[in-house]
Amino acid sequence: MASVNTRGTGKAEAALLAEARAGKYEAFEELVNRYERKIYRLALNLTGNPEDAEDVLQETFLKAFEHLPEFREDSRFYTWIVRIAINEGLMKLRRRRASKEVAAEDATGDDGEVLPREFSDWRPNPEQIYARKELQEILQNAARALPVTFRTVFILRDIEGLSTEATAEALGLSSGAVKARLFRARLRLREELSQVFKRG
Amino acid sequence: MVNCKDCLKDLSEYLEGCLDDELRRELQAHLNGCHHCKVIFDTTRKTVELYCDGRVFPLPDNVRLRLHSALRRRWEKKRA
Ligand SMILES: [Zn+2]
Repeated sequence: MASVNTRGTGKAEAALLAEARAGKYEAFEELVNRYERKIYRLALNLTGNPEDAEDVLQETFLKAFEHLPEFREDSRFYTWIVRIAINEGLMKLRRRRASKEVAAEDATGDDGEVLPREFSDWRPNPEQIYARKELQEILQNAARALPVTFRTVFILRDIEGLSTEATAEALGLSSGAVKARLFRARLRLREELSQVFKRG
Repeated sequence: MVNCKDCLKDLSEYLEGCLDDELRRELQAHLNGCHHCKVIFDTTRKTVELYCDGRVFPLPDNVRLRLHSALRRRWEKKRA
């Protein structure tokens, strides 16, 4: 939705990719510079923890580097690395769950009706009321309260600005499932954040 | 007439600007008269805005430096 449009730089990007594949490190580094912030934000929201987010960030670009020869030029580089990042992040979450650090939260069978319970308006401009770090924690905690499948759809569609179709492809879902989960994810995040931001 | 349930159903598409003009006008009329739906719409939009705000999730310098040195090491190893 509010993501930066990177399509305008498509031509330069194709050139960078070609140079990177031919072994020019600076070209690959330039691609990393372009997307590292977005991948880190994605990883933070997906894993909810800075150490895991850093691991996901590194693994994503190391894998992208290793697999550069397999990248198909007819897809977008950004969509490709987002897929890698999502897979790395999900693997982290599974490992955490296996070690019981994360509660079993991944209930996907959440098909009941979504009924908003909180109707209080918010205090205006939370981004000005809270320190950045505090706000980051509030948002991360709310994201973490979502089932992983909802969280990934929200991250890809609303935060990263991928299309419904690209999100469906990245997650192996139908477009209808992406739409339904996005709707639920938004409403549930809103409920969570209302607990913090509502007028006293 | 749009009721609260229909209103909620169209929330996502409304936020993305994907509704056709007639439906959007009907929805807008409902929102003007229904405080609950108005709050839900406004706060849902704000929710999405907050998560998209790049300033809230910056990449720390030291994290970035470690990323670039890891990549550089891998590249040099591969070239060797
Ligand atoms: Zn209403």
